[in-house]
Amino acid sequence: MAAIENLLDLASTAERELDRNAAEVDRILHICNACRYCESFCAVFPAMTRRLDFSVADSHYLANLCHNCSACLYACQYAPPHEFGVNLPRTLAQVRKDTYIEYAFPKAFGELYRRNGLTVAIAVSLGIAVFLMAAITLRGGLFVSGLNSDFYAIFPHNLLAVIFGIAFGFSILALAVGVIRFWNKVSEPGKPVPMSNAVTEAAKSALTLQYLGGGHEDGCNNEDDAFTLWRRRFHHFTFYGFMLCFASTSVATLYHYLFAIEAPYPLLSLPVLLGTGGGIGLIIGPAGLLWLNIRRNPMQTDASQHTMDRGFIALLLFISITGLALLAFRQSSSMPLLLAVHLGFVMGLFLTLPYGKFAHGIFRCAALLKYAIEKRRPNPIQAGSE
Amino acid sequence: MHDVVIVGGGNAALCAALMARETGASVLILEASPKEWRGGNSQHTRNLRCMHDAPQDVLTEAYPEEEFWQDLLKVTGGETNEKLARLVIRASSNCRDWMRRHGVRFQPPLSGALHVARTNAFFMGGGKALVNAYYRSAIALGVEVRYDTPVAEVEMDGDKFEAVVTEGGERIPGKACVLAAGGFESNREWLREAWGRNDEGEWPADNFLIRGTRFNQGVLLKYMMRAGADTIGDPTQGHCVAIDARSPLYDGGICTRIDCVSLGVVVNRLGERFYDEGEDFWPKRYAIWGRLVAQQPGQIAYSIIDRTVVGRFMPPVFPGVTANSLPELAAKLNVPVETFVRSLDSYNAACRPGAFDHTILDDCRTEGLEPPKTHWARPIETPPFYGYALRPGITFTYLSLKVDDTAAVRFADQPSPNLFVAGEMMAGNVLGKGYTAGVGMSIGTAFGRIAGTRAAAAAMGRTVPRSNIDGRH
Repeated sequence: MAAIENLLDLASTAERELDRNAAEVDRILHICNACRYCESFCAVFPAMTRRLDFSVADSHYLANLCHNCSACLYACQYAPPHEFGVNLPRTLAQVRKDTYIEYAFPKAFGELYRRNGLTVAIAVSLGIAVFLMAAITLRGGLFVSGLNSDFYAIFPHNLLAVIFGIAFGFSILALAVGVIRFWNKVSEPGKPVPMSNAVTEAAKSALTLQYLGGGHEDGCNNEDDAFTLWRRRFHHFTFYGFMLCFASTSVATLYHYLFAIEAPYPLLSLPVLLGTGGGIGLIIGPAGLLWLNIRRNPMQTDASQHTMDRGFIALLLFISITGLALLAFRQSSSMPLLLAVHLGFVMGLFLTLPYGKFAHGIFRCAALLKYAIEKRRPNPIQAGSE
Repeated sequence: MHDVVIVGGGNAALCAALMARETGASVLILEASPKEWRGGNSQHTRNLRCMHDAPQDVLTEAYPEEEFWQDLLKVTGGETNEKLARLVIRASSNCRDWMRRHGVRFQPPLSGALHVARTNAFFMGGGKALVNAYYRSAIALGVEVRYDTPVAEVEMDGDKFEAVVTEGGERIPGKACVLAAGGFESNREWLREAWGRNDEGEWPADNFLIRGTRFNQGVLLKYMMRAGADTIGDPTQGHCVAIDARSPLYDGGICTRIDCVSLGVVVNRLGERFYDEGEDFWPKRYAIWGRLVAQQPGQIAYSIIDRTVVGRFMPPVFPGVTANSLPELAAKLNVPVETFVRSLDSYNAACRPGAFDHTILDDCRTEGLEPPKTHWARPIETPPFYGYALRPGITFTYLSLKVDDTAAVRFADQPSPNLFVAGEMMAGNVLGKGYTAGVGMSIGTAFGRIAGTRAAAAAMGRTVPRSNIDGRH
């Protein structure tokens, strides 16, 4: 009985935390709305001027619209040590985590965000262990010579396709359910707008990371009030590197099923070129983001998310490093070991897609779309237009 | 020894430091506050009033020199110096490229501030972002900055600057000096003394709030006055607006203003109206309401509106006192119910029908009411009703050291060869009374740049060609 009560206690504490964070957004934005000096930095402030009070749903929307560039913190005349103690980047970061937990599918899995470093570590360990054991079982060891880069000699193609297909499919489903729940919560009916314009604008904002530019294209803040464009650049390396890797896998799948061209592919083939380019991007990008993350002013961040942020970055780094190592040593006898480890990391990523930092991109895009839609509607608040 | 010692760390001080450093002088900034409070009142500013003859990036249409001058003449009621005012106006037309080079960024006018889109260039992120940019640029250029270093004394040899002495007793010599340490608005005893006692026996200044920094104690202003420097201005004059009575004593800044005055009525502690709330657009009237409230008993007043205008003015930072009837509101505001209700009833009855439009000087006005409400007068009768208590909020004081166009501190009408002054410490030369948005930053920027250029020249034995400083190139 005591254990159950403890669990209930824990749940209600978490619930209160949620309310407290959303209430803090409401408190801060009442101050911001009366000031508005930060209006050109990003989309959060123009979105704020469309409201007078900020519901929990508003806080969820605005939290995911915020890119944590933190320009508003350094520009704020009400930031600590001012008694108003305005710190919007940190407060929205806290609510962002709350939204990941709130909208996770299945809902109980949202708890995985609370100890996200552990979540990622367990997923990766499981992934690696499974593939190592499978390699040993299927081939009798981790060092096998004479395979001549033939990955499917270790794990049959169809087996891999089924395992990863299931993991990936489930993750996509979970993310889709989460983002639909989020969308239903934060959107309200309104005048129809030209959707293609709104979608184009949101996509452009996301793909160019417009809001890491600080509104003046000098960039965002990291350690102090100086602006830097490196966060945007490293994120571009990471995202486009990831997309190249994804393209590599997709092309290889087409080769396999459509044209019956099977791996291993030559060094100058499309899948290997895309994968190598992506892998290099996924080393430069995450390494840079990790460096910036470690140096970031703690005022800008929610310390409880460091393990989630850094765990995800590290996971991407391990995937790219093991992937490139596999390419370099695919003809050696250690290929089965390298393959199993690489696949383990990839599996770790797939399993945690809906329960880790990856989700930020999905919710961010949804928030950007909502912003692109609502800005095309008349502002219901006509404050001080005299 | 540094060539130029700058006392103060706000906009004028930083402009002076950057100009002096750009000419090759070695520069030391002494800022009284710790780093996190640096920038004085500049951290609360939001724009610069700018002359321009054609549209420029964030500025629409034109705002010619003559119109700017007429605006200034009007708000000051002639309490200004045309030569210095025109110098400031012309300098405001060509300082922004220099500001941008030092990292200041401009943004389109804020929503809710469109009325100044033509006349004022807004700093992206506000004044603190500007201050941060100037400090970054100054430090990158090799300006030395010391925080937590309030200056208590200025050591002179006749009219020649020798050194400053910090509150800690450290003597810091320099070849030239710029004083840009702000007015005395944060010094409550000085305010009390300046405003004195009123007929009711009250000390009005005891009820003032300070919108800006707590560090502008007027120490150097007082020191220089005692040292015989020429001064100008009335110590009770300053930029004073009506702000939310619940604002913090210091550093409440922009968000504490109450922008619904012109949309409702304002009563004093006795429950009586005392001034035409709809005299003109609020941006043209906000700067007189601080003084109006200061003249009321208890230095408090209440802005009263009803539901119909919610969302039509900039949202206040604190929620209003809410009630479902006028007597209930009076009771909650602790105002005599009977007088309050009578005032509101007379007002409601005096409102003539008209086409309400808060974007123009509309024809909704009262008839046969004293004082009248000449625009935007609509009956206050739709619950819920809201009340906001108002107090005078001092932004900065105008009592100043007297200067000419060289920004030199003067003794018996003779300029010091190497002691200069900029910012609030001399703004009263241009602003004898009244205020118009953004002009404080125009004065601080113009005279900060002049003082820095002059101080560097004095320190390095150069002369300054007039064309460099009068705003024309």
